[in-house]
Amino acid sequence: MTTEPLTAAANDTPPAVSIDAAEKTYPNGTRALLPVNLTVRPGEFVTLLGPSGCGKSTLLNMVAGLLAPSAGAISVWGESPNARAYSAQRLSFVFQEATLMPWARVAANVRLPLDLQDVQRATADDRVSAALKLVGLEKFAESYPRELSGGMQMRASIARSLVTDPSLLLMDEPFGALDEITRNRLDDELLALWRSKGLTVIFVTHSIHEAVYLSSRVVVMAARPGRVVEEVFIAPNTPRDESFRVSTEFAAYAKKLQESLLRASANANEALA
Amino acid sequence: MTRDQLQRVLLPLVVALVLIALWQWWVVAYDIPQFLVPSPLVVAQTLVNDWALLGAALLVTLKVTFLSLICSVLLGVAIAFAFVQSKWIETAFFPYAVLLQVTPIVAIAPLIIIWVRSPTASLVICATLVALFPIIANTTLGLRSVNPGLQSLFRMNRATRWQTLVRLRIPSALPYFFGGLRISSGLALIGAVVAEFVAGTGGTGTGLAYQILQSGYQLNIPRMFAALALITATGVALFALMGALSNWALGSWHESALTQSES
Repeated sequence: MTTEPLTAAANDTPPAVSIDAAEKTYPNGTRALLPVNLTVRPGEFVTLLGPSGCGKSTLLNMVAGLLAPSAGAISVWGESPNARAYSAQRLSFVFQEATLMPWARVAANVRLPLDLQDVQRATADDRVSAALKLVGLEKFAESYPRELSGGMQMRASIARSLVTDPSLLLMDEPFGALDEITRNRLDDELLALWRSKGLTVIFVTHSIHEAVYLSSRVVVMAARPGRVVEEVFIAPNTPRDESFRVSTEFAAYAKKLQESLLRASANANEALA
Repeated sequence: MTRDQLQRVLLPLVVALVLIALWQWWVVAYDIPQFLVPSPLVVAQTLVNDWALLGAALLVTLKVTFLSLICSVLLGVAIAFAFVQSKWIETAFFPYAVLLQVTPIVAIAPLIIIWVRSPTASLVICATLVALFPIIANTTLGLRSVNPGLQSLFRMNRATRWQTLVRLRIPSALPYFFGGLRISSGLALIGAVVAEFVAGTGGTGTGLAYQILQSGYQLNIPRMFAALALITATGVALFALMGALSNWALGSWHESALTQSES
């Protein structure tokens, strides 16, 4: 039930993600993100927490190689995201919405990354069933996405991201559109997957409670201009279950993050005034 | 057939029957002469008596309509693909696609009929010009209306241009394409009829439009109505056929087909 403690040895292994003064300025002069330095170690669950406009999605997209930083450098497992050699086996992305293909059945949706890499059909089908089983959707392989609830669609999306057996999972507010009960359940399932598969996760959210519950480390960000203001480590040995959600420890972390966010936005207002 | 489906067929049918009955009553009650407004019964009789003539004319019109619809689909889809592959091509040629749409076919039909020797070919060209634009516009829009998240997913998995086209762009475009096809099917019929009106005065063609013109000259008003009824029925049948085709292709997943079969 406990998360893996970060041992001294983990600090010596090469980082999963290394962000070195990466920043994003759009051609029209908008500074979406001031230079960020961040190192994510293998096995960490890092959450980027902040209000909209703080550049958390921008940062995640840059790690995924979907956006190029305007200055600085990013490497994932030692490779630059821009390199064509950037391999999907090592990194998967889960979007804000389920983004399933409405015309394809769930199994075909989950198989897509394997189809695009020309994996043999029999091998691919085995991996699809395994991925669907991981998220508890094995009975819905032949359903169309519209026949599933929002939570089940998101599970299918997670199955699709796991089918390539990635070691790094990037998640951009994946449960933001779901109701709180479903979201809490999916949070638990995600934590179980993270532990059992030894994943490294970078998770974007604007929910303080979700950040505290999931993370081994929370990176607090602020808007206008987008920047990192603080990092908070969440005690790695605390069990993550319903008792944690109502514990004073949980409340203390939430308060700390809340104050950090408020301080950051107050500073931004002063800067504007 | 469910109750809803039955209603969808039955209600318009009842409206038609009531209107036809009113028409019949009005013509008989006020003793309207046949050369002004023939009664529905007379029109039906003419349809049966003149079937040899009208049926052959219907076949000609149908042939032109379907040929031009096929040409529109092939050309329109090819042009849409070209537009989507390169922004340059679209910028250079899209204004001319619009030009095609806004030029009245009646104005250019005589030229085409003079230039093209085969009467059927000239009619098909005219009707194609009328029916082409909705296919181009809708298919282009559809090929571009790809979910940005899915597009990122394809990019991250290093999908080739071909994979993205076949697995993502074409399926995304299908609902738009079928929307365009429904409009174009009606336009192809209109184009076929209008072009024949123009060509008919030049002395070629034996389609339904020519029958209407001839009946007009001979003051054979019942036959004119019968030909008109055939054109209308053809239009309705075409629309229904395209709807069925679209339901067949999108039935399992797209909202438009789903709401039709479920509501």
